Amino acid sequence: MRIIGRRLLLYVLTAWVAISVNFLLPHLMPGNPIQTLIGKLQGQVTPQEIEAIRLSFGGGIDKGLLSQYFTYIDQLFHGNLGVSITLSSPVSTILKASVPWTIGLIGVSTLLSFLIGTVSGALLGWTRGSRLDALIPTATFFQAIPYFFLATVMLLIFGSNLHWFPVLGAYSQNLHPGWTWPFVASAFRYAELPVVSIVLSSVAGWMLGMRNMMITVAAEDFVLMSVAMGLSKRKVIMTAARNAVLPSIANLSLAIGLVVSGALLVELVFNYPGVGDLLLNAVQNEDYPLIQGIFLVITLAVLAANLLADVVYLALDPRTRTETVA
Amino acid sequence: MKSIRFPRSPKVILGLCIVGFFVLLTIFGPYLAPYSPDNTSFAPNLTPSAHHWFGTTSLGQDIFSQTLVGARATIVVALIAGLVATLLSMVVGIAAGYVGGFTDDGLSMLSNVFLAIPGLPLLIVIDSYLPVNSRSNSLVIGLVISLTGWAWGARVIRAQTMSLRNRDFVEAARIIGEKRYRVMFFEVAPNLLPILASSLLFTVLYSIGAYVTLAYIGLTSTSVWNWGTMLFWAQGNNAPLSGEWYWFVPPGICIALVGTGLALLNFGIDEFINPRLRAAGLSAKQRRSLGLPRRQRLGLTPVVHSASQRPSTPAIASNTVST
Repeated sequence: MRIIGRRLLLYVLTAWVAISVNFLLPHLMPGNPIQTLIGKLQGQVTPQEIEAIRLSFGGGIDKGLLSQYFTYIDQLFHGNLGVSITLSSPVSTILKASVPWTIGLIGVSTLLSFLIGTVSGALLGWTRGSRLDALIPTATFFQAIPYFFLATVMLLIFGSNLHWFPVLGAYSQNLHPGWTWPFVASAFRYAELPVVSIVLSSVAGWMLGMRNMMITVAAEDFVLMSVAMGLSKRKVIMTAARNAVLPSIANLSLAIGLVVSGALLVELVFNYPGVGDLLLNAVQNEDYPLIQGIFLVITLAVLAANLLADVVYLALDPRTRTETVA
Repeated sequence: MKSIRFPRSPKVILGLCIVGFFVLLTIFGPYLAPYSPDNTSFAPNLTPSAHHWFGTTSLGQDIFSQTLVGARATIVVALIAGLVATLLSMVVGIAAGYVGGFTDDGLSMLSNVFLAIPGLPLLIVIDSYLPVNSRSNSLVIGLVISLTGWAWGARVIRAQTMSLRNRDFVEAARIIGEKRYRVMFFEVAPNLLPILASSLLFTVLYSIGAYVTLAYIGLTSTSVWNWGTMLFWAQGNNAPLSGEWYWFVPPGICIALVGTGLALLNFGIDEFINPRLRAAGLSAKQRRSLGLPRRQRLGLTPVVHSASQRPSTPAIASNTVST
């Protein structure tokens, strides 16, 4: 448990750094962005909303930086992320509507990509030197393509040319959102193409990593031993794979950040109503409170996912647990 | 070192060719472009033809010229970011691994924090606060990207430094009284060369992705042509849905090709560090000529030394092969 404690400490520290960066950026950048922003807003939004925005940046500039910092953190803990300038409603309300879509999309595609990549990587590593090795350069190519570009190409080919998948949005516009069967079915149908494109972009990394570990593990004596014992081929591969998968899981927490970054842009290509799409609109309209709110929420979500991956890793690798006893 | 022991596998040669081609494009691209990328005097939405190899945009600009001109900004920014990030990760990694103690704790914590913060959202927040005139500055953008891309390298370099710290030659340097920074950067660092090179390739690859992404969402100046701005305009004018594939496919393919080239080179470095991967990457014909079994399933994957690759002195081999 000491290890989990240490990781937790790290993530709390990271969250604190992210929050502080978020606070300091607008204060340190040349040209005083906050004043410009508030000046621009006069007359556009209600005085209460301006006050909320001012508070979400830590209050007026007449106070000291430190006191502003504490006001800012206090506001955060009360859930005040400011008011979106373009949508003129609280950032937290806007995020509540779009976060579930993103978590669903990215969660499902990350899991799928990890499973497919690990299994195929294990097989590739086991059959090294065979024709299947031709997959490696192909996989490398897919890995090098930016997520959003692959998504664009898939949208063009399978969405607008072949009409195999519905495009743009997360559900049919004729349906009312809710937990009804037609709506859920439509949501799944609309998620297919984005999920496939995220999986295609991210699967190669898992595959290559697993292949390399599999080659290393296949050289170990216990693999030779399990063959000598007459275990079936499937069991031997499973034994080797179970040991080779550990580094992949250890890397899971690092990879989540990268996958999330890539997947945000896939949302944008498909007009998926998640956080990524919101982020683009916020950037284009210079909606600073919204940009910052999204950054914080994404960071916290990624940290939570990291913690989860760490727990899984601890459960799977007994060596890490003996360390805590010693 | 007498001979260069870089593995001569087809993967590495292909990687070198691709990267070499794009380096040439970076240098000469803007001179080779037939038209100005801003020239809007052509008919809009032309499909690829002899006059316009990649067609024209809906504003009537020549896409081939944009692709050629765009190579420079894309690769220069990625190179700046990659170099700065690698330098940062080298200094942080070696200092953490060699000095140890509180320095190590602090620096490791710092790199772990940077690893845990998702890079792209952080980049977007920083970049959206940059004044507009610095968004067109390759150096500023490169530095901002490097800030989010150094941590992984630092971690790898730290681990390797720790395994080198107690080797005899480092000990010897310490005993004859070399200064600490000299031991760190003249004794330890040269032995990290393969890892540094791989880290450089990796960060350049990351930086291309990051820069193109920033440009794609409109966070770099649109007055500077790069492959990301091309994609930005293509997306903004709904090219994917109206079927103008020739607008966004060329920059996308270029990005993917550069990335593939860098990744293939990285394979070469991996095989250099871990000789077992070298044997695993051989084709059937090569295996036969080296007298290896056609298929290797069990037991140790053999370490391949061809005549040109055989290490000249045991000392070098033992330094570079350990992982």
